[in-house]
Amino acid sequence: MSAADLVADGVAGVAGHAARVAVTGRPRRRVSTRLLRSELGLVFGRRRNQLALVVLAGVPILIGTALKLSGPSTEGPAFFARITHNGAFLAFASLVAVLPLFLPLAVSVVAGDAVSGEAQSGTLRYLLAVPVGRTRLLVVKYTAIVTFCLASTVLVAAVGAAVGLLLFPAGSTTLLSATPVSTAAVLGRLLLVALYVGAGMAAVGAIGLLVSVLTETPVAAMATTAGVAVLSEVLDAIPQLHAIQPYLVSHYWLQFGDLLRDPIATTGLMQGLAAAAAYAAIFGSLAWARFGGKDVSG
Amino acid sequence: MPVAAPPQPARSAGTPAPVGTAISTTGLTKRFRGGQVAVDGLDLAVPWGGVYGFLGPNGSGKTTTIRMLLGLIGATRGEIRLLGEAMPAQATRVLSRVGALIEGPAFHTHLSGQANLARLDAADRTADPATARDRIGAALERVGLVAAAGKRYRAYSLGMRQRLALAAALLQPRDLLILDEPTNGLDPQGTREVRALIEELARDGTTVLLSSHLLSEIEQVCTHVGVMHVGRMVAQGSIAELRSLAAPTVRVTTAEVERAAATCRQLGLADVTGQGDHVTAALGDAVPEDVCAALVRAGVPVRGFAVASAQLEDVFVQLTGEGFDVSG
Ligand SMILES: Nc1ncnc2c1ncn2[C@@H]1O[C@H](COP(=O)(O)OP(=O)(O)O)[C@@H](O)[C@H]1O
Ligand SMILES: [Mg+2]
Repeated sequence: MSAADLVADGVAGVAGHAARVAVTGRPRRRVSTRLLRSELGLVFGRRRNQLALVVLAGVPILIGTALKLSGPSTEGPAFFARITHNGAFLAFASLVAVLPLFLPLAVSVVAGDAVSGEAQSGTLRYLLAVPVGRTRLLVVKYTAIVTFCLASTVLVAAVGAAVGLLLFPAGSTTLLSATPVSTAAVLGRLLLVALYVGAGMAAVGAIGLLVSVLTETPVAAMATTAGVAVLSEVLDAIPQLHAIQPYLVSHYWLQFGDLLRDPIATTGLMQGLAAAAAYAAIFGSLAWARFGGKDVSG
Repeated sequence: MPVAAPPQPARSAGTPAPVGTAISTTGLTKRFRGGQVAVDGLDLAVPWGGVYGFLGPNGSGKTTTIRMLLGLIGATRGEIRLLGEAMPAQATRVLSRVGALIEGPAFHTHLSGQANLARLDAADRTADPATARDRIGAALERVGLVAAAGKRYRAYSLGMRQRLALAAALLQPRDLLILDEPTNGLDPQGTREVRALIEELARDGTTVLLSSHLLSEIEQVCTHVGVMHVGRMVAQGSIAELRSLAAPTVRVTTAEVERAAATCRQLGLADVTGQGDHVTAALGDAVPEDVCAALVRAGVPVRGFAVASAQLEDVFVQLTGEGFDVSG
């Protein structure tokens, strides 16, 4: 039995089919943000991620309340002493507090789940069959991860500033340099700090994206990503390893202090941004290379 | 057999003509990393406008084939043409014209059925956002899920989940539907509904590939059948052609079973068996009238004479074996 025979049997159907095609024609493909918006809805609509954001937002409230109750202190990190002069500094102190663990953990959860979660639930095969091109899917996934990174740092900064200014005066103060500045200027710098820390987290997100295409177990991807981030911080704290430290993902995170100098000391910041961009480019490309030809059989 | 070229009506620019088959593969092979060959040299030919039953026991390679057709997994060897275009090279162009159900439903459990469909529609660059709401509503209605549209997917029964997956395949008008065991988990009523839905779609000119491990579930809707067995296509063709693979049988009821059987053997009939008060034999190329006359001539007191045309089920069992063994 040949293909030709089958065609003959199907001739009756051809006319009907052709008529339909003539009406519908080749569907036009639009450029739209629908999938990205859907992805953001998934990321920010998930209980787990909402809980992470609540915990992050709780940190400034906790620190602010504790400081208020214990009274002004001259001890502790640079930012803490300034909080009682200008409440907006609570935001910086909070970012320092969430930077080592809470932030990378939250980002690892979101990034590690990005592709592996869909693979495990099977929704990945249906997305690809829609079709969503694999490159497009990764771009959308990573854009959503970066959005989450920025949203979480801006959230901590915003809650920190709001709680700080509520509990403490908005008096004239100095940044890390001696020049006195207004609260408005402090808030401007704060936004830059939030964006800078967000960029550092986006590098963790890129690692998470790669891990996420390598496995179909979301929990494993999340744990691996968080593990890499924490390991990087540990290695960064060992003086003997200074030769490799510039290449660690966490190396430039605390560089954000340079944004509080007058004028802003850009050298370290630029290195930090370049490192984050390099991480995003390298790990993003690796994820793309791996995912492009991967069998999706989950 | 020689066929005149099908009529080629005018169609919009850029739309490939429906030449050849809606789905065709040549030598399609998939060897998994463990070394197992799940699909072996498959030449699939699904005619335009046909309803093609893709049959085979569990593990015979149906889902693996479907995954390759849709570009989800790469073929080890062989070529695929889907709607006249090469796969997976043209995946983004072709797949928007294809609705698919692959190895059972899969959705986000914390979202409602409606929200899940909205997500898939948002992912489709050819879908018009202005009509999304209406299309989602229509798809849900078509599979009888309107009442459960707002319920979380987690709370859906297997049958409801299967219906939602069908609704997802119907979000847009499709030229081809690839449905992997669409009646799995459905009650008899649901199975009938799905069958009616497929018939309706086929009437509108949609080509349908329907996989199943149960012939009885799809026999009524199929125009063509391909039978898989351990990764190979063991038979393929129209229902009539498949049916002709199994010879009809003749059944003679008589008091003299011995003599009847002997006569049948003399006539060259195969599989002659006598049992109780009747003899059955494969008719082969013999003409029933001649058999009957020969029996009477031989003095067999014929009390009953019947010719049973072959059941597709018999062909299926013949080709794939019986019982619970899965092809591993
Ligand atoms: N990802 C995989 N890796 C290895 N073997 C697989 C994989 N998927 C399927 N198989 C094997 O391929 C064979 C065919 O499976 P499948 O195509 O799912 O059969 P069917 O859909 O006909 O039931 C089975 O033996 C199955 O175990
Ligand atoms: Mg299967």
